[in-house]
Amino acid sequence: MIRRSLLILAMLACAWPAFAVNPDEVLADPALEARARALSAQLRCMVCQNQSIDDSNAELAKDLRLLVRERLENGDSDDAVIDYVVSRYGEFVLLKPRFETKTLILWGAPLLLFLAGASVMVVSARRRTGKEVGTNLTPEEQARLDAVLSEDEQSRR
Amino acid sequence: MIVELGHYALVLALATSLLQAALPLAGALRGDRALMEIGTIAAKATFLLVALSFCALTYAHVTSDFSVQNVWENSHSQIPLIYKYSGVWGNHEGSMLLWVLILTFFSALVALFGNNLPETLKANVLSIQAMITAAFALFILMTSNPFNRLLNAPGEGKDLNPVLQDIGLAIHPPLLYLGYVGFSVCFSFAIAALIEGRIDAAWARWVRPWALAAWTCLTAGIAMGSYWAYYELGWGGWWFWDPVENASFIPWLAGTALLHSALVMEKREALKIWTVLLAIMTFSMSLLGTFLVRSGVLTSVHAFATDPTRGVFILIILILFIGGALSLFALRAARLKAGGLFAPISREGALVLNNLILTTAAATVLTGTLYPLALEALTGAKISVGAPFFNMTFGLLMLPLLLAVPFGPLLAWKRGDLPGAAQRLFAAVAFGLVVGCVVYYAQNGGPILAALGIALGAYMILGSMMELFLRSGLGKVAAGVAWRRLSGLPRSVFGTALAHIGLGVTLIGIVAVTAFETEHIIEMKPGMTAEAGGYSLRFEGLRKGNGANYSEEVGHFIVSGDGVAMGDITSSKRIYTARRMPTTEAGIRTFGLSQLYVSLGDDMADGGIVVRVWWKPMILCIWGGALFMMAGGLVSLSDRRLRIGAPTRSKKPKPVLEPAQ
Repeated sequence: MIRRSLLILAMLACAWPAFAVNPDEVLADPALEARARALSAQLRCMVCQNQSIDDSNAELAKDLRLLVRERLENGDSDDAVIDYVVSRYGEFVLLKPRFETKTLILWGAPLLLFLAGASVMVVSARRRTGKEVGTNLTPEEQARLDAVLSEDEQSRR
Repeated sequence: MIVELGHYALVLALATSLLQAALPLAGALRGDRALMEIGTIAAKATFLLVALSFCALTYAHVTSDFSVQNVWENSHSQIPLIYKYSGVWGNHEGSMLLWVLILTFFSALVALFGNNLPETLKANVLSIQAMITAAFALFILMTSNPFNRLLNAPGEGKDLNPVLQDIGLAIHPPLLYLGYVGFSVCFSFAIAALIEGRIDAAWARWVRPWALAAWTCLTAGIAMGSYWAYYELGWGGWWFWDPVENASFIPWLAGTALLHSALVMEKREALKIWTVLLAIMTFSMSLLGTFLVRSGVLTSVHAFATDPTRGVFILIILILFIGGALSLFALRAARLKAGGLFAPISREGALVLNNLILTTAAATVLTGTLYPLALEALTGAKISVGAPFFNMTFGLLMLPLLLAVPFGPLLAWKRGDLPGAAQRLFAAVAFGLVVGCVVYYAQNGGPILAALGIALGAYMILGSMMELFLRSGLGKVAAGVAWRRLSGLPRSVFGTALAHIGLGVTLIGIVAVTAFETEHIIEMKPGMTAEAGGYSLRFEGLRKGNGANYSEEVGHFIVSGDGVAMGDITSSKRIYTARRMPTTEAGIRTFGLSQLYVSLGDDMADGGIVVRVWWKPMILCIWGGALFMMAGGLVSLSDRRLRIGAPTRSKKPKPVLEPAQ
């Protein structure tokens, strides 16, 4: 199957026929609603393929959206809401995995790869300039050069 | 009968590709010209046979021959003719056949246009291409045969998936495959070079046009797919960091790196080993993408191809080719002699930085895509890696690269002058800052990061043009002279500028939409209006209608600005009759580079309907930038230096013509 069509199909299965956020879910307080939307974008719809609950129309996603809004209205902080959702649904629900032992490689990969690549670059650059430096004169050559130069200076005087 | 001929042609193609794999390689080893020459003939024959096979399948689809299982499962007698054609590759079996068709197409191109290649190199390249062809032809014949017949032919087909009944599907997959599979030529060239143990600037010059052509097609395919998702999905997203998208984006990143490193190799004979490795990795990523999507390993629920035999088969192909290529690389890479020297601050240095960041980015996306799979397989823990992760890591990696883009072309080869380049970019930096300030004030002190993002985009656009200004002396010499110098510049200089400008344009689109998009979710009844982006949208009412193979509900809206009617938008929900499957058709109206996007939701009990209205400022820049990049690729491809054969260093430098004072 064509790649994107798979994706679109999978997403449509969740997205249609209604919309993700319906007017009746929207909180009266715009600030609180904005926080709810931002949090929803970070939480995964468990029954969909790679979709946040903000985009999904699945029943479960709707329940989660309502849950997030309920917690926010009860005065929870963003972190507290996330913690609560994770405690109920597990870490699978987080679209941005937490930084911990089992995600160490995941989060470390970009930096590690960049540093590894950069050090290879520096080492090979050093090696290359090393070759150029390799044209340094040996002591005998230096002595001969000095002699020639001093002769030159003497003759100029 | 025709279907059986198609099947037979595919079997024959397998046979000819096996010959093409074995004989030229043996010929190259033994210095036997006759054997090597077989490669050229076999490549053309294989292509013709696969094309015949593909035509047979197309014939079955177009004539709605439902006795063929593939047609029965993916077509319907009532669908419009164009979808009968595009339906050929709108399924697993057909799309794999298209994959092989494009692969053999590229082999045939090498056979046709490779006359200026050294005999042994050409023979080896064709042989490697044929090995890939044979593996995938075998895959189709053993696990995904599109020519299977049904004993009792049904009277009607099960219909092409409604989502795929769109002009986007007709164009997107062939373009994507042209890109992905095009990199196979670079791969074959790399392997051939390793077999010969010899590689030089001429090699890079032969490889670069293939890389450019593949990259241009891949850019087009990805952009096309992104726009298709944007209007088809109905909630206005255009990139989801879905594994399926990542599977095409990783080869794009690696391919972009390859384009740049091949440049260094061609001009300076440096980075040889690295370029060979990149050529191998780029196509390996294409193969990996094919595996990820085809095997169904990514999705346990929604996969079309969940049959494990297919996954295992592709995995074996993957291991054989990637493993084999890397082993050969490990054995032979040391024999490739390192080339030209350069200082860290130089054109080469800038291109190395580009490669470092692009490959890190590709590896990051790859890690993010595979990590959940690996973690679950190893520890059983289930985690998700989604858009927030990719946006953060990828965004951070791209920032230094985007800042550095305009510097690259302004640095000299071997040893560059960084302060000098910075000085020459002063105008671009100033321009960017001014644009940033204007955005900041126009949005009444909107998000500062967004203003900075747009400033970066503006800086990149002007900065990328700087090389053209400087080399033509525009503003310093008479306009006629500047024009003459400009038209005398190599096409690749324009290609570079266009592609880099495109990057800036895309960046501006992404930042503007992300930061300044507005969204309204409302329940509307006929006569009500909604406001978005300074326009008002009046809902006129719903109408029911019927298409060729669907029934629909169409919402009609009238857009007006400042009380003047400016046109209408229709947005609909469809139910495709054969599969009883619903789709949304978003209503989109373009104003300059921005769009008003209207989507219909649930019908309410009281006669109203939920409507979502988005204002997407500057969104067309996202794909407009991709158009610039493609134009850059095409212009570079037309550079005559790429069309003539191996480079010969001119003994005498040409006299420099200076305009008379």
